[in-house]
Amino acid sequence: MPTSPRPPFVVARYAVIEALRGGLPWVALACIVAVSALAFFLARVAISEGAALQASVAASLLRSFAVFILAMHVVASTAREAADKGLDLALALPVSRPSYYLGKLLGFSAAAVLLAIVFALPLLVLAKPADVAAWTLSLALEATLVAAAALLFASALTHTLAALAASLAFYLLARAMATVQAIASGPLASETVAGDAARQIVDLLALLLPRLDAATRSDWLVYGAPAPGDTFLVLAGMAVYTALLAAAGLFDFSRRNL
Amino acid sequence: MRASERPLGAVPGWIAALLAVSMLAQVAWRASGPLDARAAEDLPPVPSVAALQLASLGEPDALARLAMVWLLAFDARGDNALPYQRLDYGRLVRWLSAILALDPRSEFPLFAASRVYAENPDPAKMRAMLEFIHAQFAGDPNRRWPALAHAALLAKHRLHAELQRLVTDPSVPLWAKQMQVFILEDMNELEAARIVLGGMLAAGRIRDPEERRFLQERLDALEARLQVERKPLKR
Repeated sequence: MPTSPRPPFVVARYAVIEALRGGLPWVALACIVAVSALAFFLARVAISEGAALQASVAASLLRSFAVFILAMHVVASTAREAADKGLDLALALPVSRPSYYLGKLLGFSAAAVLLAIVFALPLLVLAKPADVAAWTLSLALEATLVAAAALLFASALTHTLAALAASLAFYLLARAMATVQAIASGPLASETVAGDAARQIVDLLALLLPRLDAATRSDWLVYGAPAPGDTFLVLAGMAVYTALLAAAGLFDFSRRNL
Repeated sequence: MRASERPLGAVPGWIAALLAVSMLAQVAWRASGPLDARAAEDLPPVPSVAALQLASLGEPDALARLAMVWLLAFDARGDNALPYQRLDYGRLVRWLSAILALDPRSEFPLFAASRVYAENPDPAKMRAMLEFIHAQFAGDPNRRWPALAHAALLAKHRLHAELQRLVTDPSVPLWAKQMQVFILEDMNELEAARIVLGGMLAAGRIRDPEERRFLQERLDALEARLQVERKPLKR
């Protein structure tokens, strides 16, 4: 007798089907077309380092688009499911809450990986395949992390706008935190008590955020990807944080009265 | 506990354990990782002014100021013990030029050039920055004169230092040797800095409290340095 797949994989499969049949592929395609057109335009106006400018701008824009549209997709999908009572229906079936949540996360993560691969394809004409491979792997993990954050916020906050704003604010803060830390502790920083307190708060906050500024950098495509050991550290840091977001989401989802 | 929440006991034990372990792992991971201590030479190539304008999305003055904050913080990160001094000054000058072109009314780039980057002990780097300030002064003399005034002061002191260090030939004519003395008599770096700073403050030129604080700190540091230098002479 054939064994039926485990519940998380069933939920994940439907999350992937939803992503593929919804507007996500078309939005991704529109992003690729727009970024390619911009890169082509920049190559015409650049007076120097045209190829580097193309690779750098295209990679940074594709990275931002990937994160943004994935966060939008996760928040919209979760909100729609709650509004349609699809969540209530799913939990009435013999599926545990953790299985359901993990299945959703798995499905959105699969969508994130697919999106990273599709977005990396146009970059193959602008940079070395090995550098693009490191960039793609990093984007896949970064997008997975963002999907986990968006799922946590969409699940914990009932309002779509609040969930989306929280997801994007978290992402921007994680990207900017290293620079904020550098500015706060630089030689031009204020040496007052308030300045010292601000530095402590910034350092504390940095402990609770992932190092996204070190991930999926467009300069990997221009100057080459970092050594495998350094790339591994970046990827491992994001994996640890994704696990933390998943645990926080599971914790919140298990406590909610539905 | 809110009505919309179930008791903590409803959360499976493995989820609570996973949350605790992953939180500990995250904090340990971040605490053990160093800050991004990039070398100074890593200052990236300068984009064209047109590209910067495109990136500013119609807000060039905001981008120019943000770019200046980033530029000043660039070499001040991590374990870098020599901020600013190891920067590639060719690229630095091109960055400052591009930022100034983005917002020509901003005084920030020339302020940083004269008060921070030009005070580099490396003569070639200092000269590059002084030349940059001199070249940009002509673009808007009424607005950019403070940078040129400070640059002139720095150049004068550097001339003195180089005369002392480099002119050792006994056949150098007397008038050239005496020139050192004239410059030395004329020169009191602390007083000169006080005159320039006091003049600017009296004229209401420095209105920004942060800029005032920054200049005052530089003056205090200069005073402390001169006190240390004078001590052996008193014996």
